[in-house]
Amino acid sequence: MKMVSIALLLVAAICISGCGDKGGFAGSGEGGAALRGSIQADGSSTVHPFTAAFAEEFRMQNRGVSITVGESGTGGGFKRFCRGETDISNASRPMRQEEIDLCKENGVEFIELPVAYDALTVVVNPKNTLLDSITVEELKRIWEPNSTVKTWRDLNPAWPDRQILLFGPGQASGTFDYFTEAIVGKAKSSRTDYSASESDNELVNGVAGSDWALGYFGFSYYDQNRSKLKALKINGVEPSFETVENGTYQPLSRPLLLYINKKAAERPEVKAFIHFILDPANREIMKEEGFVPLPDEVYSLVRAKFDHLKTGTVFGGKEAVGLKLDDLLKMESGE
Amino acid sequence: MPDITVPSNNLTTRLPILRILKERLFIVLCIIGTVFGVLALVTLFYQVFVDGWHRLSWDFLTSMPSRHADRAGVLPALVGTLWLLVLTTLVTVPLGIGSAVYLEEFAPKNRLSKLIQVNIANLAGVPSIVYGLLGLAIFVRTLSLERSLAAAALTMSLLILPMVITASQEAIRAVPNSFREGSLALGATRWETVRNAVLPSAYSGILTGVILGLSRALGEAAPLIAIGAATFVSTVPKSPMEEGFTVLPIQIFNWADRPKREFLENSAAAIIVLMTVILVFNLLAAILRTKARKRTRA
Repeated sequence: MKMVSIALLLVAAICISGCGDKGGFAGSGEGGAALRGSIQADGSSTVHPFTAAFAEEFRMQNRGVSITVGESGTGGGFKRFCRGETDISNASRPMRQEEIDLCKENGVEFIELPVAYDALTVVVNPKNTLLDSITVEELKRIWEPNSTVKTWRDLNPAWPDRQILLFGPGQASGTFDYFTEAIVGKAKSSRTDYSASESDNELVNGVAGSDWALGYFGFSYYDQNRSKLKALKINGVEPSFETVENGTYQPLSRPLLLYINKKAAERPEVKAFIHFILDPANREIMKEEGFVPLPDEVYSLVRAKFDHLKTGTVFGGKEAVGLKLDDLLKMESGE
Repeated sequence: MPDITVPSNNLTTRLPILRILKERLFIVLCIIGTVFGVLALVTLFYQVFVDGWHRLSWDFLTSMPSRHADRAGVLPALVGTLWLLVLTTLVTVPLGIGSAVYLEEFAPKNRLSKLIQVNIANLAGVPSIVYGLLGLAIFVRTLSLERSLAAAALTMSLLILPMVITASQEAIRAVPNSFREGSLALGATRWETVRNAVLPSAYSGILTGVILGLSRALGEAAPLIAIGAATFVSTVPKSPMEEGFTVLPIQIFNWADRPKREFLENSAAAIIVLMTVILVFNLLAAILRTKARKRTRA
């Protein structure tokens, strides 16, 4: 036992003396006394790499804080969060009315923090030279329930009579919810005769493997597989860090959010972790993971919201479709 | 003598060609069946080794998961899996063998026992995710063990108990009745008979059941995801009650789903680690079994 505690002390000492001058990513300011405690996060698999990456970098300077990040999906994460089981809930869509009610029932108050943007990307096989751009109207014709579009010719009479092989996420996915809301106009309303998978890599392989396929998933999966896929412009705008940041890639840009339990937000280790995520010096971390950062003004608003422990949602229990960054700014400052 | 072999030779030559063909066909089908299983395994191993071999190193075993694929390791997952193995064994072995002994040696042969028997057999066919949800309701929430290794081990025990009980029962049933009668005739109590005559000769059969069950528990991910095992863990679990843990199958699942291709190699390497753990564990059990066989014969 003694040996163990001596070893732990040594590790702590090395860390305190060593990590400071190692450079790397900036601390959050509250350094000083070593932080202790544990933080539980769960939720969206899209946001998982975001929170896990920040957890890893945060722990380089705060060895005493243990962080676990689960991957139950946005809805599964909210279920746990609203029972008070987790401190942070990762979400790829805003909280829905029934989830807000569940939180209220259990006396869980939450702070809602937009932290980054994701761009849903519509892709085809690189061998497909028919089109580089697609309109929301065409996408709607393809994906709406009982769609009559079976072949490429159904979309454009000049195109070949080849079946469109469709790939998309399964019904439990937040990506599915958002895409259907943004394209078809109603969340969860989609044709069902497509190859669905909860694993985005399977969707990537599906589209890369057949010449006449079409699919959609999160930007980071396209970003990492550019040689195997061709991203379609939406209404003439291609998905990229720039077009998402300047708000022109619409309506498939969506905000990613963290929900923080208000009680947890008062704990020093949670406070330090959130400040670490919002720190401008750490913006590179999210870019490296394929997430598009929000403008700095939004982050300062978000930080102020967190520091003042402002609870509640600005989305009113609905999807945040077609939301431009300045809209978001207004929503945040309008509180 | 020759007058016996001659007619029998005549008999085989007189076999209609169709029957011989049928026999040949049957043998070929059996061989295809065997080769198919082996081929599938070999292909899997080959694929996994090609993808993951170069990622295997001491660092891979002793590092934390990381967003940088080349720095990521399996330490928390490996330790989690070993914890799970030990804890599940501790729960499953006494419960599983106990139930088997009771059902075979002590339980009255009435309707109730039959009902229990049928239930156990049916439980073996319940999908693992259902056990996960049961574990979530009972161990995680009602008993408030939270998302700890203890809750995970109890859930896994539930999952594999039917398998262990059934296998142990078969083994106990295979012990000749003369053993029991001999023991009882010498004045031993029923407990002494079970302890000294039945269990030692059923030992290797019971061990096989336990190993099959535990190997399954090591490879399962679904029930643990249901009870809320995390996919990113920053510390190595130090006690079974600690909240937040992960195991190798979940780590594999997580890496296989990452957008960066390099994580697929990590996933393959983690598969090699998991298979090694299971193989070593099976090897240990095989050694125990041969030792036990020698002892019962001596």
